[in-house]
Amino acid sequence: MFRFITSRFLQSLLALFLVITATFFMVRFVPGGPFTAEKAVTPEILRNLEAHYGLDQPLWRQYLDYLGSLARGDLGPSFKYPNRTVNEIIFDKVPVSAELGAISLAVALVLGIGLGTLAAIRRNTWVDYVASSFGMIGISIPTFVVGPLLVLALAIHLGWFNASGWYGPADRVLPALVLGIAYAAPLSRLTRGGLLEVLNQDFIRTARAKGASEFRVVTRHALRGGLLPVVSFLGPAVAGILTGSFVIETIFQIPGIGREFVNSAFNRDYTLVLGTVILYAVLIMALNLAVDIAQAWMNPKVRLES
Amino acid sequence: MTSAPPTSPAAVPEPIEPGNSLWHDAWLRLRKNKLATFGLVSLSVIAVACLLGPLLSSYGYEEQNLDLGASAPSAAHWLGTDTLGRDLLVRLLAGGRISLAVGLAATFVALTIGVVYGAVAGFFGGKLDAVMMRSVDIMYSMPFPIFVILLMVLFGRNILLLFVAIGAVEWLTMARIVRGQVMSIKKMEFIEAARSLGLGRRRIIFRHILPNMLGPIIVYTTLTIPGVMLLEAFLSFLGLGVQPPMSSWGVLIKDGAEKMEEFPWLLIFPGTMFSLTLFSLNFLGDGLRDALDVRSSKD
Repeated sequence: MFRFITSRFLQSLLALFLVITATFFMVRFVPGGPFTAEKAVTPEILRNLEAHYGLDQPLWRQYLDYLGSLARGDLGPSFKYPNRTVNEIIFDKVPVSAELGAISLAVALVLGIGLGTLAAIRRNTWVDYVASSFGMIGISIPTFVVGPLLVLALAIHLGWFNASGWYGPADRVLPALVLGIAYAAPLSRLTRGGLLEVLNQDFIRTARAKGASEFRVVTRHALRGGLLPVVSFLGPAVAGILTGSFVIETIFQIPGIGREFVNSAFNRDYTLVLGTVILYAVLIMALNLAVDIAQAWMNPKVRLES
Repeated sequence: MTSAPPTSPAAVPEPIEPGNSLWHDAWLRLRKNKLATFGLVSLSVIAVACLLGPLLSSYGYEEQNLDLGASAPSAAHWLGTDTLGRDLLVRLLAGGRISLAVGLAATFVALTIGVVYGAVAGFFGGKLDAVMMRSVDIMYSMPFPIFVILLMVLFGRNILLLFVAIGAVEWLTMARIVRGQVMSIKKMEFIEAARSLGLGRRRIIFRHILPNMLGPIIVYTTLTIPGVMLLEAFLSFLGLGVQPPMSSWGVLIKDGAEKMEEFPWLLIFPGTMFSLTLFSLNFLGDGLRDALDVRSSKD
């Protein structure tokens, strides 16, 4: 187990290094720099600006400098927001996205696992049909259709919510619902499928024969094995909830890190682009690692590479 | 037996040889599945409408009518017009061509890379396999949607680049599935027979192993297309996908969402059309999986 975790960890580190290197050179080899948008920049000022940010150094030098400061946890100054560091901007925006992500994840888990379990234990009844249709519809209607439609109906016509913004608790409802439903749908399908497979097995019959209540059979015996596929889906799902927030943050004009990332790419704010990409990469890799470990822990049959 | 399946991009392949009972059985099983049949029929209708519709309509998809402006659905314009007075139905069908084309082309890129990569890793095995699959593992853990966004922002919104970028993201799972299949097929006796007949590696891989794993490949391809179309629409929605004067369903949804307060039909029709297509593709993929009896387990 220890060897498995270390090898996975080293693998993630390698991947992270590749991501950083690829992104660093990708943003540099692109036409247009961070200061091209500013109109009245004379050549001298441009040179001063570039010297200030170290952009006049040879590329390999800049790369090494960047890795050096990165090792100290410093993501550098933003090119577009004067006097602000990338660290500050990230600390500013991440809590917003994290809050949205956490509420959405809770919605997805409760709704997805709940409906999937209901569908499995009431198989081929109307409960199953309703829950399964929800799963299929939720998979097929993307967030950028559901979002605007809900805004149209609930915010504009009924006036229950604000159409956009991020101020009071009521502003959390629509975005979290839209993002949560998008992941509740595949979760409910996975839960149903996983549970159905487990519910047919002998040890479930044994548990029933011992007189365990149906509730206990499902919660104590079936869900543990039945949720295995769900766990492996959770890594990509959480990552998706984070990246999916680009769209949600755009629709609802939420000042989170997703919107900041898209803007920073448009602005060629090299350091901010790199900083956000690194942030996402670390998050996604940590999640995948956690999922691998959780899976190995939950199922002794998952063979550990040694 | 002789009834050919409807022609559509995602149609079930015709039996490879007449009387090939395996494919014929699968076709019969598929037809019994009502939802899958619905998906197949509605996809065919949508595909034919997108291909022929714009040719038959008296409006061009770029044809403006500024005097008319945005108008609600009427007898002259069945789905209404947008703010520039362009007929929404024609724009929807013309945009569908782009969306479907991106879906098919990018899936084809993913399919080709994935099948070749997976087949090579699975067939040769050993160290090569270990290195190749470890690379896939590493790539799996990368934030690819973010790279795609970055690529589209930095290098301009080139539709060719869009195919390549999306295809490059989606091949990983295909490579894993194909590798697993090859590993199990290559141990079977008919492969040993082929080898003892002195056939070359290439011939064994492409003529003997590949045809025997068409089932999982077809199923997974069908399920990849909606994912790819979703990614394209997602990029277009962020303003990073297809550029005017071309339009896709994602672009139409984006435009509709901006104007939905006054002109809700501009959002509702493209959203419905896109969702219906994804719906049909998902149902068809699920049906194919049951019909071809492919186990859903990956790897």
